[in-house]
Amino acid sequence: MSGETIARRAAPARMAYWQALDSGRILLMAASAMLVIAAFAGMAALRPTVHVRVALAFGAFIAFGELFRLALPGGREAAPIAMVGAMAYAMLLRLPGQRGPITYDVLLVVAVAAIGMAVGALPHIAAGRPAGLTGMCTRLVAVSCVAFIFWPIVSAGLFRLRWEVEFAVIAVVFLVGWLVDALVGALIRADDVGARFSVAVRDEIRLQWPLGLSVGASVIIAVFGAEQIGVMELAVFIGPLLVTQLAFRRYAGIRATYLQTVRSLARVTEVAGYVETGHSRRVSRLAVAVGRGLGLAEPELLALEYAALMHDIGQLSLRDPIPGGATLLVGPDDRERIAKLGADVIRQARVLNDVAELVQYQSRPARGHDPAPPLGSMIIKAANAFDDMVGGSTDRNRSAAALERMRLDPMEYDAGVVAVLTDVAARRVPSRL
Amino acid sequence: MVSRAARLYIGLVVSVAAVLVAILSHQAMVHGDFYPTQKHLAPMAALITLQVLFLVCDSGTTPMTSRQTRWSPSSSATLAAVVLLGPVPAALVGAAALLSLQRQLRLAERMFNAAMYALCGLAAGEAYVACNGPRGLPDFSHFRTILLAFAAAATVHVIANHGLIWGVHRLNRERGMWTRDGLESSLALLLASDLGYAALGLVIASLWPIMHWFAAALVLVPLFVARWAMAQFAEQQRAYAATMSALSQAVETKDYYTRGHGDRVSRGAVMIARQIGMSTDRTEAIMFAGMLHDVGKLGVPTQVLQKTGKLSPEEFAAIQLHPKRGLEIVSEIGFLFEALNGIFHHHERIDGLGYPMGLAGHEIPEFARVIAVADAFDSMTTTRSYREAKSIDFALGELRRGAGTQFDPVIVEAFIAAMQEEGWELPAPAGKPADPTTVTVKDHDDPTAPLPVVEP
Repeated sequence: MSGETIARRAAPARMAYWQALDSGRILLMAASAMLVIAAFAGMAALRPTVHVRVALAFGAFIAFGELFRLALPGGREAAPIAMVGAMAYAMLLRLPGQRGPITYDVLLVVAVAAIGMAVGALPHIAAGRPAGLTGMCTRLVAVSCVAFIFWPIVSAGLFRLRWEVEFAVIAVVFLVGWLVDALVGALIRADDVGARFSVAVRDEIRLQWPLGLSVGASVIIAVFGAEQIGVMELAVFIGPLLVTQLAFRRYAGIRATYLQTVRSLARVTEVAGYVETGHSRRVSRLAVAVGRGLGLAEPELLALEYAALMHDIGQLSLRDPIPGGATLLVGPDDRERIAKLGADVIRQARVLNDVAELVQYQSRPARGHDPAPPLGSMIIKAANAFDDMVGGSTDRNRSAAALERMRLDPMEYDAGVVAVLTDVAARRVPSRL
Repeated sequence: MVSRAARLYIGLVVSVAAVLVAILSHQAMVHGDFYPTQKHLAPMAALITLQVLFLVCDSGTTPMTSRQTRWSPSSSATLAAVVLLGPVPAALVGAAALLSLQRQLRLAERMFNAAMYALCGLAAGEAYVACNGPRGLPDFSHFRTILLAFAAAATVHVIANHGLIWGVHRLNRERGMWTRDGLESSLALLLASDLGYAALGLVIASLWPIMHWFAAALVLVPLFVARWAMAQFAEQQRAYAATMSALSQAVETKDYYTRGHGDRVSRGAVMIARQIGMSTDRTEAIMFAGMLHDVGKLGVPTQVLQKTGKLSPEEFAAIQLHPKRGLEIVSEIGFLFEALNGIFHHHERIDGLGYPMGLAGHEIPEFARVIAVADAFDSMTTTRSYREAKSIDFALGELRRGAGTQFDPVIVEAFIAAMQEEGWELPAPAGKPADPTTVTVKDHDDPTAPLPVVEP
């Protein structure tokens, strides 16, 4: 049950996997492949001394973490436990019974992380779930960055200093690694959903920082714990990490259920014959795409999606359905009244006041009113009008005529919104509803 | 209120804890091993640090699954004290609960919590010592011994903690008064997470030789992030329930006399669910099923709902279709399968004469049997266009009369028992509707006035 807050741009089923790849993904995968090849080639050529027990322990920990991945809101996937294992292995300082830093090898870190991730992904593949290659590559690149930065610092012998210095260095290097992870994630996501990169970065950081903080603290604990206990610490440490992950999983789960419920219940207007089948869902898809094109951040997009799904809920108070459900066909006063009724319904929940606001002003003209309606309302207004005129049809002439009609009425429809809607409509694929 | 037996029990726990801690610390003082003397371990500073850690962890217990199951990771501080300092200091760390920062706690609750955590610390410490766990800064060349002894200590702590709290609930019979409720269906989950966080005690102890008090601060970071996530979860859950309720009310605006019906049926169904001992998850599911059970009425044409006089068989069939319509609407929601069943079958009768499937007896899913009772009760006790609201006693009498034919007798009895315990708040009597277009003339839920249908 992944939180599909933002629907990914799904490739048609008949497309082969590689055809759905875009440039960011290809770049990422090429980089990871090169890292893996370099690691194994280097290992074969240089034959560094390997602490087999240590490598096995961390490899197993990483595999375990990949097995128990975490679905985050917005259809994201993280593997915090694998991240803790890999980062801690990359920054391992000392083990008990050893004087001085352990012999350290960047290539070994990359190789162990790659093998651990691959092993952890096998059960997912066996169970028919997606392997999550993109996420693994992102993590591998981040871990490699950490290892490559950390290596010269260790070699310079910085670690004959106090533990506070070690602590600070580990924290900073981790932060760099985490930022790499977030940036690569944002890059892929911007490609996937068609968002602006700057907005995607901000979304990623806002959503990921609590988990990142937890992972960072855990990495530091793991590094120093290994110095005291040795690799067996990982067995002790897995318990608290799992509980933390459980907390996040429940959070993501309820968010997904919430959205799914609103999506289903928005259909009551369709079952009752107030609007055409699929109308709410089509309007919400259009609205979210337009909102993303206009650079809205994820929380705003979520409110927009809820508002678009429920925009016709006010019609439930009408005694008889409007013919065809098209609110475009009733007078402006009635439209205002229906919108207000809908907003009142949503306000009763007391938790979705921003959504209610968007619903309330969905029929207000873009110009000539003070204050102007919120951007979200103008987007819903345009998306709703477009769907009332075009419906599920993909006839280009019909769509062009509808857009033209909206373009010619700048008092009613915001010109910027209509411009983005035109782009979105051009990309539209036949709805499978 | 706290029952007399529970008061006695609390008094007993507090005095046992006080006496035990006093005797054992006296003994320890005499033998001079109150805490281990070791280089690099400042025992007094460690004790105070761990007490502070305990209080910080305890400052906001977080709901884990529902209002009643809460979780606080403070055991990690007690268990770190077990390893670093020994049983008596561990008890003193637990006793810090007396100073808990949770303002709403009353003195009796504070004293009980302090005594309970002190006893838990003591028991865990003794278990650790009994398993040859070495006290003081841990030397992990004996990792296996330490790990085994620590596992024993953590298990004893969790068992003692839940056991002592279970005692209060058992004697008190009132739920939700105390900060934890170990009797939830999610007990296994709770125990597992308690054990998981108890492991942090060993992590703190192992980092202590390197970073002293800072080890405790570092461990707090993941703890607080987890708590933040749980708080977000709880907030989303509340928002979810509120949104469901608002949407179910939206569906009712069309029909003046049944406004609030969904919410009240949901309340009644939850009362029955508690009475017959349903698990938390199922109770939550039946709450939503109750709210949405009539959502399919939207698919019934308004003129049928508002028709005066007898219904034609076709019109009656349209009304009988509403559970199916409801199922269509909610089937995509990630509900328990049972909730869908409850909505689909809530008009079945025990004698097999109901609709839509004509199931009989225990063929009818439990959720549907529960909702049917709460549904009929609310219909009778609220005003309809053709009659005033009936009294609660009358409605309960009708339910009893229908037990065995229309309703499941077990459910009816459970509902009556729950009514006697919790009471029922009747809605304000409905006045005259402002908008006459929102009046339905008949109520399909009312067992005292069956829908008039033209005989074919």
